[in-house]
Amino acid sequence: MMDHEADTPLVVGDTVLRSRLLVGTGKYKDLEETRRALEISGSDCVTVAVRRVNLDASKGPSLLDAIDRTKYQILPNTAGCFDASSAVRTAELARDVLGTKLVKLEVLGDEKTLLPDPIGTLEATKELVSQGFDVMVYCSDDPRLGVRLQELGAKSVMPAGSPIGSGQGVLNHNALRILLELVSVPVIVDAGVGTASDVAIAMELGAHGVLLNTAIAGAREPLRMAAAMRDACRAGRNAYLAGRIEKKLYAHASSPMAGRIAGAQL
Amino acid sequence: MQHNDSDLAVRCTVNGAETCVPAGITIAGLLEQMRLRPEIVAVEVNARLVPRATWSARAVQANERIEIVTLVGGG
Repeated sequence: MMDHEADTPLVVGDTVLRSRLLVGTGKYKDLEETRRALEISGSDCVTVAVRRVNLDASKGPSLLDAIDRTKYQILPNTAGCFDASSAVRTAELARDVLGTKLVKLEVLGDEKTLLPDPIGTLEATKELVSQGFDVMVYCSDDPRLGVRLQELGAKSVMPAGSPIGSGQGVLNHNALRILLELVSVPVIVDAGVGTASDVAIAMELGAHGVLLNTAIAGAREPLRMAAAMRDACRAGRNAYLAGRIEKKLYAHASSPMAGRIAGAQL
Repeated sequence: MQHNDSDLAVRCTVNGAETCVPAGITIAGLLEQMRLRPEIVAVEVNARLVPRATWSARAVQANERIEIVTLVGGG
């Protein structure tokens, strides 16, 4: 990478990530498509879910066979948990499989909205931190909630841009900007991304990373969208680091006004 | 999984399904019997994690609720 594009890694607890794009592994056609999308995305951190094992005699290959653990940090989530205690149990199970302490905590309020339940999220964060987990917390974009999560020991605050899988992008830019001012742990926009510009906007606003899944897996061409997301994340990050110009009400000419022939006296 | 000799079997549930397992079988033995790859699963009994280091010492008791999970695609 050129010096003028140099960046620092994304550090979450003890985990050091080169890419600021984190991607999910759900909803792909098959494990081969999953593997290729992850590779193209350039991500080095991928999420997985914890579910009952298939007890049928004909067991296919495992997702874990498709993820090279020397290339990817695996981030287990507690998706599908609607109370703190089941989220904590899920995190403990994931840690026992992977032998790693990183977890993406999700405590959801209800199945229709899949919005994070703030109280259950706080409770589970507290318990998991006390058990030594590095907790990355999926939460709403309420800046004060982010502060409370950081105080409890969260290693990353992960506000939803908009509801999970909704593709609405980052709805509340101001909440994200305030959150970024109030907390010092990495802020990773998690959920709601629909297309590449949503990722770019989150990164331009100063988010330290973006986590997405459906926007790639659900695209008509997932592999091409994986490339788009990779590029958007880099573009948005570079734009943030470069420092955008201020928005102004009136025009400001790019070309000098002096030396024009137009308007000169004939 | 089904054993007819009730004296030698204990009834329990595995992932929500009632089943009978040989008396005295350990978690490690259960996984082996079910031909599950130990490196990709985790186990809890009655909603408490059974750490993998203890699988070969932990015998299944009657009426226990066993959950065997793995990692799948998710976001």
